Amino acid sequence: MTEKTQETHQDAEVHVVKPPVYLAIFLALLALTALTTGISFIDLGVFNAVIALAIACFKASLVVLFFMHLHYSSRLLKLTVAAGIFTFLLLISLTMTDYISRAWGMF
Amino acid sequence: MDSQSIATTPEELDRSVLPHAHEHPAFLRHHFEDVGQQREAASFGMWVFLLTEVMFFGGLFCAYLIFRNWYHPAFVAGSNTLDITLGTTNTAVLICSSFTMAMAVYSAEIRRRGQLILFLVLTIVLGSAFLGIKAVEYHQKYVDHHIPGLDFSIQEFVHPSNPKAIPLAPDMAEKTQLYFFLYFAMTGMHALHMIIGIALLFIMVARASKGAYTEGHVIPVENFGLYWHFVDIVWIFLFPLLYLISRYR
Repeated sequence: MTEKTQETHQDAEVHVVKPPVYLAIFLALLALTALTTGISFIDLGVFNAVIALAIACFKASLVVLFFMHLHYSSRLLKLTVAAGIFTFLLLISLTMTDYISRAWGMF
Repeated sequence: MDSQSIATTPEELDRSVLPHAHEHPAFLRHHFEDVGQQREAASFGMWVFLLTEVMFFGGLFCAYLIFRNWYHPAFVAGSNTLDITLGTTNTAVLICSSFTMAMAVYSAEIRRRGQLILFLVLTIVLGSAFLGIKAVEYHQKYVDHHIPGLDFSIQEFVHPSNPKAIPLAPDMAEKTQLYFFLYFAMTGMHALHMIIGIALLFIMVARASKGAYTEGHVIPVENFGLYWHFVDIVWIFLFPLLYLISRYR
């Protein structure tokens, strides 16, 4: 084993996430669930969908970063996940561009 | 997840500590240089798999987005037949199960077998509770004739019993079938992932009770945790889209 590979593996050193972090994220997720349900009973027009999805994205980020440890992971993993989400958004945007520009009057 | 060279019994682990040609734990495959590299490779592989799952569910979400815009009144009417109390309860139950799964990963990392088994069993219980509540909701849809293709009735949408609901013309009311089709496709695929997850949890409990995972080889628990949290994330998006964004006020 060379000196260099040993160094790279040091970067990938496993970080054990402690229970207080999990507990804090858990409580935040429950609070956000209550919040998003509460807001759904108030009429905000199109912003109901916008806010609900914003809260969902925030909750998903908390899960990915802390429950799934991405916050503590190597740059390789962070880049992999970012690339995947970017590709997903690209596919959605291209599909929606097509639908919005063809089906006149449907949107 | 892992089929070869996993030390599942204390005897095997003891043998692994004895020096042979080169010393390393029994769970370290020969094509990896060290445990850290193996763990990194395993996480990478799991994330790539989860990204294919993102694309899979993403297609369903995209279909939902397009059809919701096309047949908005039908989707609003369909959405309001769902029970928001059961939906919110299920979201909370699933978040609890994600928490217990995260704690199971932690227990494996600090090598406490009893605690690991406890949290895995709690995850099974909460996951099953989610499926139970989902079954109650599905049954209600059956009773209401809101399962597309199975004696589907547009009665509730043409002559709504809810005073806040706007009656739909019969052709638009027919489009509620599309809402329920997507509802069953999305929550059904999500439930299938939960069933697979619970089956894997039973296998993991059995292996954990024989001493696996708590002797340094946490990759299977950790990767399963990634899968379970991913399933949670899918629900985090399904819940507002199906239940919340079109409520009558």
